[in-house]
Amino acid sequence: MNAIDQFREQTRSWLEANCPPSQRKAIPEGELVWGANEVEFPDADARLWFERMRDKGWFCPDWPQAYGGAGLSEEYNAVLESELRRLKCRPPQINLGIWMLGPVLLEFGTEEQKKNLLTPMTRGEVRWCQGFSEPNAGSDLASLKTSARDAGDHFVVDGSKIWTSYGDKSDWMYALVRTDPAASKHTGISLIVLDMKSPGVSVAPIDLISGKSAFCQVFFDSVKVPKSQLIGPLHGGWNLAKRLLQHERKAMSKFGEFSLPTHFHLLPLVNEYLPEPSGQGELALAARAVACAMNEQSYNLTVQRMGQEARAGQDVSGLMSIMKLVHTEQERDKFEVLLDVMGYHALGWDKGAFSPQEQAITRGWLNSFALTISGGASEIQLNVIAKRVLGLPDVK
Amino acid sequence: MNLVYSEDHRLLADSAREFLAARSPVSRQRALRDEGGVNGFDPQLWQDAVALGWSAIPFPENLGGLDFGCMGLGPIFESIGSNLSASPLLSSVVLSGSLLHLQGNAGQQDRWLSASISGERRLALALDEGSRHNPANVALQAVPNANGYSLSGNKYFVIDGVGADAYLVVAKGAGAGLSLFLVAADAPGLSVQALPLIDSRNHARLQLDQVQVGHDALLGEPGSAGPALEIALDRGRVCLAGEMLGMAEKLFAMTLDYLKTRVQFDVKIGSFQSLQHRSAELYVQIQLARSAVMAGLAALDDSRLSAAERQRFASLAKWKAGQMALNVANEAVQMHGGIGVTDELDVGLFLKRIRVAQASLGDADYHCERYADLMPAHA
Repeated sequence: MNAIDQFREQTRSWLEANCPPSQRKAIPEGELVWGANEVEFPDADARLWFERMRDKGWFCPDWPQAYGGAGLSEEYNAVLESELRRLKCRPPQINLGIWMLGPVLLEFGTEEQKKNLLTPMTRGEVRWCQGFSEPNAGSDLASLKTSARDAGDHFVVDGSKIWTSYGDKSDWMYALVRTDPAASKHTGISLIVLDMKSPGVSVAPIDLISGKSAFCQVFFDSVKVPKSQLIGPLHGGWNLAKRLLQHERKAMSKFGEFSLPTHFHLLPLVNEYLPEPSGQGELALAARAVACAMNEQSYNLTVQRMGQEARAGQDVSGLMSIMKLVHTEQERDKFEVLLDVMGYHALGWDKGAFSPQEQAITRGWLNSFALTISGGASEIQLNVIAKRVLGLPDVK
Repeated sequence: MNLVYSEDHRLLADSAREFLAARSPVSRQRALRDEGGVNGFDPQLWQDAVALGWSAIPFPENLGGLDFGCMGLGPIFESIGSNLSASPLLSSVVLSGSLLHLQGNAGQQDRWLSASISGERRLALALDEGSRHNPANVALQAVPNANGYSLSGNKYFVIDGVGADAYLVVAKGAGAGLSLFLVAADAPGLSVQALPLIDSRNHARLQLDQVQVGHDALLGEPGSAGPALEIALDRGRVCLAGEMLGMAEKLFAMTLDYLKTRVQFDVKIGSFQSLQHRSAELYVQIQLARSAVMAGLAALDDSRLSAAERQRFASLAKWKAGQMALNVANEAVQMHGGIGVTDELDVGLFLKRIRVAQASLGDADYHCERYADLMPAHA
């Protein structure tokens, strides 16, 4: 038996012995475990699974052992991932630091930063949040204004970040700040990390049209950040940000792989709420719903096709660029149709009078608006397709 | 489900593209229109396509086919679309050939399927009677008598009906369901009139007035043609979807070229965000349609699927490709501006053919309804 097969066998038997059966099912949203200074576990099994994976170094299997990883090569890591998938193991923890900041630190961090920041990540001890968007820098992220003024051995940070997921529950933040206000938009930005307990940091959760949310606004009032917490070159943050956002896609796909889909199948709901359409209006509505379901199937087939084309070595960058747009726009269309199909049943707000499914659909509809805006609004996606895929010219 | 073409399919696509670009480019289709011939296609081109093996693709080897699967028709029909090439591949091979294969007896196959594959004879399917496609609305009557059957009724929108050697006529009255009869073009009581459509191809109206056919004209048992008919129609629908995809991709490429060269207000019009976003939307729709078409092609060959599942994939392909192609064609005309409505530009030829292909074998509304009807009751 060669080494890789041996590793596969060892991994498989270790997982079978160490992953509690309760941790081999999809996770309801509320039971996600977030690595943090004080981790909250839904039950003892989740804690056990967390601790065993942590001690194995498998929170970050492909990171160097010097920083707490398991030092697995790409090939061995792929074996581990496939064995985890085979057993349907839950991720022992969710951690933005590992998925987004970590790879950038490995590439651009100083030795000291790697030791100080990566090691706690690999032990699941720090919960990270992302400080990119600002009240006046949304789609145009590079126009961000939160400033980090040079004050000798430290920066003084003033300004505000918005749409920070779980800002109120995070221990540390990685943030884009303006270090050179005189430079052009993209060249005066730096990437820093900061302790959310620093004096002058305050956090306010944001209520959305769909109700409570994980989003927060974070305020900085003369916050001192040591210069040792600058990541990469001074004024060189924009390139690092682009790198980080590449990891975001991968992180989101991992996230989606393991959590329960909050997904509604349209046509069964049409059967339930509009079992016998009568009259022109209802018939037209039923036809709209079918068209919506057919578009959804076309999208699902496109996801499948993209995977197959990628495996066949074809260029899938064009297909990749339509996915976020299509998925979020179709979800919105679907909720719009569902609201029409369900009538008053989809308009309930207070709990009790409406079924949990109806409540979830109402909230899902309201939430679908956020999805066509966050992570690059649909209009930005269209710009990207027009310019990068179709090669249409810039203005002037 | 395999949604990408294999290496063999890609080679076939390359050869089809080369062949049609050289022998049957859009300019050739324009010339055929201006000559006003009755065939709507170039008979020599068809013979040469037969020599390339196109007519043998979906049939088993023991019947003279290549056993290459229906998926192999995909690259050909895409090329037919992008070159706007007319040929009886759909009518004589995909529709009629499939029916002979699925429903015909050995004698009928020997006489007609071989001739259809070899290009010696041409067959056409006479199905629709109303103003839109619907196999459920067949009224043409077959009255049994001592010598066989007497057929009376009208057929509309018969693809490549002018000049066909024989027709596969769908009729009611023999048995409980639909029946298929082989009717030679020279049968007494049969009259064929050209039905010129906007795409300048070959379509016909058939009138049957007590056309007497023998027992041997019936394909299969009386009233049993329904299932075979749906299989053949689904093959035709997916092929048309492939053709529309080919047309739409070509039109879109032409339109993008125009957006990158046409200057107004001192800038390339492709720099206008309104046109960029509309172009990006078209790209998205084309990609979704391609996935649906690939799934439709794969489903035709996938014996693990139930009949209903296969039919749903075919309807999805025809629906998505049709809806998308209409949208692309309409936008192509609009984005070309004034020249877009001139006959000189090829855009109009594509627009017209897409309209006909979209109506042929079921438009988007028909397939949307069919898709819903085929849903399992408690999915």
